[in-house]
Amino acid sequence: MLGSTPLEFKDEAKLALADANLQKALAGMDDTFVAWRASAVERLPEFEALRDAAKGIKDHALANLDFYLERFAGNVEAGGGKVHWCADADAARAAVLAICRRVGARTVTKGKTMIGEEIAINEHLEANGITPVETDLGEYIIQLRHETPSHLIAPAIHLTVEQVGETFREAHRDLDPQRPLVDPGDMLTEARVKLRKSFLAADVGITGANFLIAETGSTVIVTNEGNGDLTQILPRVHIVIASIEKIVPTLNDASTILRVLARSATGQEMSVYTTFSTGPRRPGDLDGPEEFHVVLLDNGRTALLGTEFADMLRCIRCGACLDHCPVYQKVGGHAYGWVYSGPMGAVLTPGLIGIEKATPLPNASTFCGRCESVCPMRIPLPKMLRHWREREFERHLTPSRYRAGMALWGFLARHPRLYRLGSGLAGRFLGALGRRRGAFRSLPLAGGWTAYRDMPAPEGPSFQQLWAKRRR
Amino acid sequence: MPIRVGLFVTCLVDLFRPSVGLAAAKLLEEAGCLVEAPALQTCCGQPAYNSGDRKTAQAIARQVIDLFEGFDHVVAPSGSCAGMLRAHFPELLADDPRYAARAAALAAKSHELIGFLVDILGRERVEASFEGKVTYHDSCSGLRELGVKAQPRRLLRSVEGLELKELPGAEICCGFGGTFCIKYPEISDRLVSEKAEDIEKTGAATLLAGDLGCLLNMAGKLGRRGAKVKARHVAEVLAGMADGPAIGEGSK
Repeated sequence: MLGSTPLEFKDEAKLALADANLQKALAGMDDTFVAWRASAVERLPEFEALRDAAKGIKDHALANLDFYLERFAGNVEAGGGKVHWCADADAARAAVLAICRRVGARTVTKGKTMIGEEIAINEHLEANGITPVETDLGEYIIQLRHETPSHLIAPAIHLTVEQVGETFREAHRDLDPQRPLVDPGDMLTEARVKLRKSFLAADVGITGANFLIAETGSTVIVTNEGNGDLTQILPRVHIVIASIEKIVPTLNDASTILRVLARSATGQEMSVYTTFSTGPRRPGDLDGPEEFHVVLLDNGRTALLGTEFADMLRCIRCGACLDHCPVYQKVGGHAYGWVYSGPMGAVLTPGLIGIEKATPLPNASTFCGRCESVCPMRIPLPKMLRHWREREFERHLTPSRYRAGMALWGFLARHPRLYRLGSGLAGRFLGALGRRRGAFRSLPLAGGWTAYRDMPAPEGPSFQQLWAKRRR
Repeated sequence: MPIRVGLFVTCLVDLFRPSVGLAAAKLLEEAGCLVEAPALQTCCGQPAYNSGDRKTAQAIARQVIDLFEGFDHVVAPSGSCAGMLRAHFPELLADDPRYAARAAALAAKSHELIGFLVDILGRERVEASFEGKVTYHDSCSGLRELGVKAQPRRLLRSVEGLELKELPGAEICCGFGGTFCIKYPEISDRLVSEKAEDIEKTGAATLLAGDLGCLLNMAGKLGRRGAKVKARHVAEVLAGMADGPAIGEGSK
């Protein structure tokens, strides 16, 4: 729900489970994204080796982050562009606004950027009298609805086609009310009509970046609609907003990671458009912006270097962990209450906003391990979720009733003789109580379980009691 | 010299379903192993480990190592607990000079029961019969941490009278997740409800799996839905010990 925070995850998840539209929109992810990825991976025998190579590239880049960032910045500036180093969201917002003001921008077109969400750039521009227009179809839809993206690469995945149709008919009153709005193709055509005007009117184009290439000072975006190209080529000024961990050393490195990115994200071998931007228009160039800016954002990332969460900085935002997560598949992205969702969000959000503001997220996992098994960058997501739980435990952020229960259990588990006595008694007691029906419909202290399912009764004597008897 | 196996019974089997432990012992003995089940074992420590209580988890891990490191192999009728010993003890005790090497040594000889029977002991069949159609759920830890997938199917094929109908989405989590089902009961319920629907749709009379945690969850949901499907640990069927009441089933 709009405006919720990660601390409200549990309540938001409940609302999500009861939201019929959301459930309809999310149903079948195993038949789409999951199946698409599986088929793409099957077609590429060296996929596992590519994962290792991609991981190696990022590990190396992160270990030498300062070197490659400075190299990147040097090459951007040598090409006539400008780099803005921003420690936090405030600094990044101010940098973008200052550029927009200087060039007298009234309309800004935007390609898809999660960093734009992280620094809430749209709100900031609007508050300062500048109109941001999202040009990615999914982003455009949710902008009309005043919502945030609920998925890294499919921002409107929480909506049904019918909801999108209604949104368009409401927002596009000047268009023919009889036009068909049935399939995604109709929606794209509909949005194109509107967006064309914005593309031509825009003074500034803002995009994100999938990669920053140190050796050339290039930024790279991948899109499927071509909107990114129009966003960055048509306006006079192109601003790239990107976080620092997007850096890779060389063009070759970027191509290697591109080979796992689209396959993991959508099952495509490559996205339809892969666009490299290297500085502003040079003399003789047929097109391109007059100004080229890169707003480089840290926002807590360097603080993760050298910690048990550093591996998270390898993330390339493909969304595979969201697609494969049983929890995400049921509650969608908005329940997570911040920019990022699913397993990667549950790890990254506490890292960027503080664990005390995100305590429910690391617990929103069954540790089924499906996310790690598909992560193209081999990020050990369950392990890092567990590390966040350790931080919560150390700082007493875990609910006290839960802690007390665990402490009692932990005490027994460390006192085997007592434990054996207890399990023997519990087995016999519960076994005798439940023997006839075989299961309990309710049980004191197990309400969370028995509210939804029966609790099978123990058979009676414990294994150790039977085993001891057998030995005699 | 017969192989000396330490049976890591698991806390859930000890309390809820000792017949799984007895079935495991029978399967191992039939394969020529000498089975011992140390009386002072408790738990693998996962509840503490996954709740962020690293100290308690480490204390329990040391206890397990003390008790089990003398065996040739350590075998658990659970992918989750075997995964804890095999994949997580070494990480947990990596900085403990007295235990790091011992944890690694224990990990190397710790196994999930069915994987052990097939991969280590080379068993290709069992002598057992079970009439009827069954379906099989792949529990997450066994599947993804230990690669248990083909082994149970291989042995089930040799059970006389048994017909295996594959479960669509067999690799998708049942929603148990240890303490997850208590922390987020609504999400857990949705996951296990869909799992129960898929199980019922197979038309199988019996659901099998290799982990009691998942089985208690699925059996509990099937029971609450009034489904006729019975749930059993795969070891019960493979050992020919599936004649008693199923999990959560009353005795007549």
